[in-house]
Amino acid sequence: MKKLFLSMAAVLAVAAAFTIGYGEKVLAADDTIKIGVFEPLTGENGGGGSQEVDGIKYANQVYPEVLGKKVELVIVDNKSDKAEAVVAATRLVEKEKVVAVIGSYGSGVSIAAGDIFRNAKVPAMGASCTNPMVTEGNEFYFRACFLDPFQGTVLANYAIAQGKKKAAVITQLGDDYSTGLGSFFTREFKKLGGEIVADQQFQTNEQDFNSILTNAKSAGADVIFAPSSIVSAGLIIKQAKALGISALIMGGDTWENESIIQVAGDAAEGVVLSTFFDENNSAATAEAKKFVPGFKGFLGGKDPIIPAVAALGYDAYFVILDAIKRAGSTDGEAIRKALTETKGLEGVTGSFQFDENGDAQKDFAVIKVIKGGKFEYLSSQSVGK
Amino acid sequence: MSSGIFIQHLINGLSLGSLYALIAIGYTMVYGILLLINFAHGDVFMMAGYFMMVTMAGMGLPVYLSIPLVLLMTVLLGMLLERSAYKPLRDAPRMSIMISAIGASYLLENLAIYIFTGVPKGYPNIPFLTKVVQFGSVSFQLVTVVTPIITVFLLLALMFLVHRTKMGMAMRAVSKDYETARLMGIKINRVISTTFGIGSFLAAIGSILWGAKYPSIFPLVGVMPGLKCFIAAVFGGIGNIPGAVLGGLILGITEPMLIAFFPKMTGYRDAFAFALLIIMLIVKPTGLLGEKTTDKV
Repeated sequence: MKKLFLSMAAVLAVAAAFTIGYGEKVLAADDTIKIGVFEPLTGENGGGGSQEVDGIKYANQVYPEVLGKKVELVIVDNKSDKAEAVVAATRLVEKEKVVAVIGSYGSGVSIAAGDIFRNAKVPAMGASCTNPMVTEGNEFYFRACFLDPFQGTVLANYAIAQGKKKAAVITQLGDDYSTGLGSFFTREFKKLGGEIVADQQFQTNEQDFNSILTNAKSAGADVIFAPSSIVSAGLIIKQAKALGISALIMGGDTWENESIIQVAGDAAEGVVLSTFFDENNSAATAEAKKFVPGFKGFLGGKDPIIPAVAALGYDAYFVILDAIKRAGSTDGEAIRKALTETKGLEGVTGSFQFDENGDAQKDFAVIKVIKGGKFEYLSSQSVGK
Repeated sequence: MSSGIFIQHLINGLSLGSLYALIAIGYTMVYGILLLINFAHGDVFMMAGYFMMVTMAGMGLPVYLSIPLVLLMTVLLGMLLERSAYKPLRDAPRMSIMISAIGASYLLENLAIYIFTGVPKGYPNIPFLTKVVQFGSVSFQLVTVVTPIITVFLLLALMFLVHRTKMGMAMRAVSKDYETARLMGIKINRVISTTFGIGSFLAAIGSILWGAKYPSIFPLVGVMPGLKCFIAAVFGGIGNIPGAVLGGLILGITEPMLIAFFPKMTGYRDAFAFALLIIMLIVKPTGLLGEKTTDKV
């Protein structure tokens, strides 16, 4: 009796597997174009990654078709982990056969997956990964945001302009975003006559920053620059205030996230960061004016402000779709060529054209300050190329 | 280094060390009785943080109601974990229970990601603990000095329990010889359940103090403390309760000192903890206060 049951179950399982396989084939028919979304939804950067995905999903809702076919988003989770990123990227190009890829939040995972996209000749568009190494030497990787050398320069200039002379730099060991931005800030800060009094690292998932911050305090730092993931940011800010540190605390684009204010509370007041986009910018592009109210409705109050990474996610999709339209085909090489020929395309975060590395030529960063528990626009900083 | 800065580092270390100690006791007790490293202990600690968030921020309970509730929920979670993941494997090879423990750890982490997402959440503010005190150039939150006091108190209470009560006697008997204890009529399931309950209770206390000091909570929040406290327990001699406290204190104080005296080495903090573990295992495998055990033939 038991054997009979087992064999029946086996037959059923096989039948089910076939049905599922068949179902997939029907869906994969030629009337859709697949675009891969390569983002962290879990792990250290899960928070930022999901915000970026929100922007991409909204863009897909606004522009659901290209070349007369429906665009289907294939979302994979790279789990904020370089090894997982390779698996996720391979799945996109080999199993899902996507024609292009958007992502990822977090430079490290983008760098790790770069070769896979290049070898498969699938153009990839990073939305908010700011480390130069993402696109360097990879003709298939493009990027919609500004770069860390630029961001680091802007922040160092801002600190010096505030009369700060002694900086403590705190970065995350092994994180390409954090160490990259930290070193570009250091270079510019020194060039402008400042002094780096403490240069310290911490490891992923570290929660105790008391000793590092005590060092920074005893070194007499008047500005603390700590580019890091959202997980560490709130803790650094909170612990600095508990140690009685009154220095200006600064971070990069990742810090524009509500959860930092939620974690750090009052301690977050006065924290300064740079970012890509400001929803209240009056000189915004036409696309941005359309995007802001539309996306607010899409979010339904999930985020009190529009995260800059969501705007960039939207733009990445927008730029790729435009390239596919101009290429008139879904061939990777053709899309790549169309991308390099993009000129003056007005997205949400500014106008798009790419330099020889595939980086969007942007010369504009927004500086924000946390005030009254909110991110407030402080100034826009542009640095001539 | 000025004395003010040194005292600051020392206070930071003492408080971190007492937190490590609280959590390390949970590892050491379970090991002492079941010879099992409860890999899910750090995740029970993490869940306690989310319980606090749900009761205080979510349900809006006042602090004096939510703390007992959190303690109760965590104890129940620990006992439930033991019931479902370890009890069915009571007579299975030890390796199976170990694998079950790893599975339980991943299950809890992913459950938390599923329910609460990966975005870090703020830990509810407990004003009594988070008040900032300032003495000259030394500045700290009240929780920093409260933690060692609570740890010492709980250690004494635990020692009383183990050495002066009937349940403690049963625990010692089970840890000495599990089979014989069972034959002598000791209800080992109840003893083991109680052990998990106590371990989880300490993890919950540790989690509340941890949350006051490091007020961010995310699904992987228990991973690093879990690992460090496991190291502390082995360092002090796994299975030995005062040893776990001593190991926790030593690890917690040396880590910040390493950073204080070698600012260039800050990134090697975790490597230092693991190096300490390796050296201990080579030099004195039973740990600082561990006893030499002989296998029964």
